[in-house]
Amino acid sequence: MIKVVNLHKKFKNLHVLKGISLEVKKGEVLVLIGPSGGGKSTLLKCINRLEEPTSGEIYIGEILITDQKVDINKIRQKVGMVFQLFNLFPHLSVLDNITLAPIKVKKINPELAKEKAYELLKRVGLLDKAKSFPSQLSGGQQQRVAIARALAMEPEVMLFDEPTSSIDPEMTKEVLDVIRQLALEGMTMIIATHEMGFAREVADWVIFLDQGKIIEQGPPSQIFFSPREERTISFLSKIL
Amino acid sequence: MDFNLEIFVEGIPYLLKGAVMTLRLTLISVSIGIILGLILSLGRISKNPVFRYSTGLYIEVIRGTPLLMQLLIIYYALPSIGLNLPAVTAAIVGLSLNSAAYVGEIFRGGIQSIEKGQMEAARSLGMTYFQAMRYIILPQAFRRILPPLTNEFASMLKESSLASTLAVTELLRSGRELVAWKANVFSPFIGVTLFYLIMTIPLTRLSSYLEKRLKKGD
Ligand SMILES: Nc1ncnc2c1ncn2[C@@H]1O[C@H](COP(=O)(O)OP(=O)(O)O)[C@@H](O)[C@H]1O
Ligand SMILES: [Mg+2]
Repeated sequence: MIKVVNLHKKFKNLHVLKGISLEVKKGEVLVLIGPSGGGKSTLLKCINRLEEPTSGEIYIGEILITDQKVDINKIRQKVGMVFQLFNLFPHLSVLDNITLAPIKVKKINPELAKEKAYELLKRVGLLDKAKSFPSQLSGGQQQRVAIARALAMEPEVMLFDEPTSSIDPEMTKEVLDVIRQLALEGMTMIIATHEMGFAREVADWVIFLDQGKIIEQGPPSQIFFSPREERTISFLSKIL
Repeated sequence: MDFNLEIFVEGIPYLLKGAVMTLRLTLISVSIGIILGLILSLGRISKNPVFRYSTGLYIEVIRGTPLLMQLLIIYYALPSIGLNLPAVTAAIVGLSLNSAAYVGEIFRGGIQSIEKGQMEAARSLGMTYFQAMRYIILPQAFRRILPPLTNEFASMLKESSLASTLAVTELLRSGRELVAWKANVFSPFIGVTLFYLIMTIPLTRLSSYLEKRLKKGD
């Protein structure tokens, strides 16, 4: 479903991703862990080309999206993204946050889009917040709206960039529960996170990324219970 | 002091006409300035260096030279290349082109003050750059630039007095004509002063009110 081959990303002289290759099959969950500054966000943003890769290939499904000829806006409709800082649209109600892209991008009938939005709000447990504005919601609620907004485009793949890092610890569970549910339903996902318990539970595969390189990867049982690399061990000992 | 109440009162209808012309020049010029300014600001933040530098150069030239000179060029120099504009049109063209540069910078500041994550979120949903601008960035930026934009109206009310040098009978020129006819300096100019203040004070008040509301809202 997602395939990355020898991806490099440089910001001017700063070499941030140094030859990343990975593959996520349909319905699988890949978890990215690693110290801050290691390149997790940049990797995720390359996968929907919010950042332009410097070299390498990325496939979504059968499509080589690093080809400059692809219509990237079409691709992005299939790749939902959830950000660390939610990035809800503050001037729009929760409902409009969710329906805007389906209506304007997918040209879905507004009534239908609304119905769908209510369904999604119910799913993330925020049916009563449809008319609220983002500033009236807690961090955990905002992030759940952001997930609903991404799901409203009916993506085939979801990318999560540290979805609980800016949320009060008491509220992370409600967000993680929503993501857990998505995993159960078979959504293909890449999740960058520092929530190791959660990672252990939902991941089919874990990649430890440090200084732009994959230092170690494997099933969660291996990475969390018998890591082989010195840097993985020291990272995990610090975070657990 | 040669203030004369009779001359002052007699002059009011004439000054009112001038004030209407001032208002017209201002409204039309700033409106055109807003449209052109929006385009300039999009050029200024464009990834394309040609757009970026050409709009940047335009803004530098306009802001780095006197408005009076710009008006004189449009009115007196353009006819030599076959472009003959009536005085009012020349004034509107000059004031609009000038306003565009200032409004352009106001827009640019407003757009760039919107968090980068907003554009990213919009694009991640499949919106084009222009859809993201239209539905996400500009509505938020517009709220933030409303105070300086209101101020721009107030300054243009004053700046448009330079159109008097192109023989456009706006407020200032009406006053000067009255001075010449009535052989009295003070009475007409007190009227002119009052008319300018009646127009500018509500605007500057509105601007600070909007500014305060914005601070509370954010
Ligand atoms: N737009 C950018 N311009 C320049 N450097 C950047 C940019 N985005 C990220 N970086 C740098 O890339 C490196 C990786 O950052 P990031 O991908 O955010 O890591 P992580 O998400 O793992 O914390 C950091 O050194 C960061 O400073
Ligand atoms: Mg990050």
